[in-house]
Amino acid sequence: MTEAIASSWTTGTVREVERFGETYVRLRIEVADRHDHVPGQHYVVRLRAPDGYTAQRSYSLASDPADPLIELMVECLPRGEVSGFLHDVVEAGDELELRGPIGRWFVWGGEVPSLCVAGGSGVVPFISMLRYARRMGTASHLTIVASAQTRERLPYIEELEEFGAFIALTRENHGDRVAAHIYPDELAELSKGIERAYVCGSAGFVSFVGRSLGEAGVPSDIVRVEQFGATG
Amino acid sequence: MANFTRGFTGGARRGGDTRLPPGQYDTGATWPVLTAELTPTIDLETWTMTVDGLVEKPTTWDWRGIHALPSSSYFGDIHCVTTWTKFDTTFAGVSVDALLEIAKPKPEATHVMATSTTGYNTNLPLDDITGGKAWIVWEFDGKPLAPEHGGPVRLLVPHLYFWKSAKWITRIELMDHDEQGFWERNGYHDRGDPWLEQRYQGDA
Repeated sequence: MTEAIASSWTTGTVREVERFGETYVRLRIEVADRHDHVPGQHYVVRLRAPDGYTAQRSYSLASDPADPLIELMVECLPRGEVSGFLHDVVEAGDELELRGPIGRWFVWGGEVPSLCVAGGSGVVPFISMLRYARRMGTASHLTIVASAQTRERLPYIEELEEFGAFIALTRENHGDRVAAHIYPDELAELSKGIERAYVCGSAGFVSFVGRSLGEAGVPSDIVRVEQFGATG
Repeated sequence: MANFTRGFTGGARRGGDTRLPPGQYDTGATWPVLTAELTPTIDLETWTMTVDGLVEKPTTWDWRGIHALPSSSYFGDIHCVTTWTKFDTTFAGVSVDALLEIAKPKPEATHVMATSTTGYNTNLPLDDITGGKAWIVWEFDGKPLAPEHGGPVRLLVPHLYFWKSAKWITRIELMDHDEQGFWERNGYHDRGDPWLEQRYQGDA
């Protein structure tokens, strides 16, 4: 797999738009002159007003590198300048300025037995890893834990369930599991045999999971982190 | 493609603020936390700050020692490559100049590598951390710097994108050449000037 450095902007044509309530919008985009990505990488989307004003944000890819389109699942943030536009305005056929793939740290090449822990939309890079692992037959190297308040707040929940991900909902029961945050003893069980851990979510979620992983005996130097969102 | 995005006016956010570098937005009162690793626990009794490499006098300060240096503060804006800008921040600590005055850079020193207790590192031209442009800080808005923002002590180089302001700083090594740090090896720009929009490798 190549690890191309994305050095220039390109154009993407939106092929599919699917909105999930008020929270998420899924965009599937055809990218001109596309470079293969490694699961875990992200793209930058840049919006440009007629007078040249721009706004840009980074979004993790959910798609398998072999997918002919790239897939973004964008969480719509309150007053989000870019996410709000993608949620409210974008239609199939629109063109977007794109740059990527970017990032070579929070990536999984398929070989290292890994635990992935996601909070809410933090699950997106792990969907790319999951789809890649399935195609390559390395799914046994990937353990995914996904947490959210409710089913509606966890994108790709059906795909995660089908994969056998461990799902921890905090405000409603999920199967036999009573609503609760992830417990350290759950992480201890799931982290057996791993050589790397990836944690993606809000700063608060990452901090909480980091402590729990420590309690579960996972050394901090094998933990890779990606955070988003704001704190006060 | 068309030379603008259909339906996008940018009217919601734009204030015509000349303090915003290109592609940045005002994050307001919030301060996003972005790191590649978990927040470490640092014991102030054992914490040290070292300046070494191409210097006349490699020097290590402990928590009390660094506080004995003349204090210096920064009031102004900070810019993150993820496109947020935070206006009117106040940091306090010491100027990097004060450390270098003691360690005395050798004439052949041209670049530095700043390293955190976590192993995170980032490269900077020496010119970018001298002449009142960089600080070692432990206070934000008059309070101890929070661990998730790099406390107890971080580097502050506010005229460059904020990944250059290494959190949990513990060492500055002076070198006679440039060498990539963590994010620079992982696709980010070697210098990172927000006004030139030097975000990723390949940007001018």
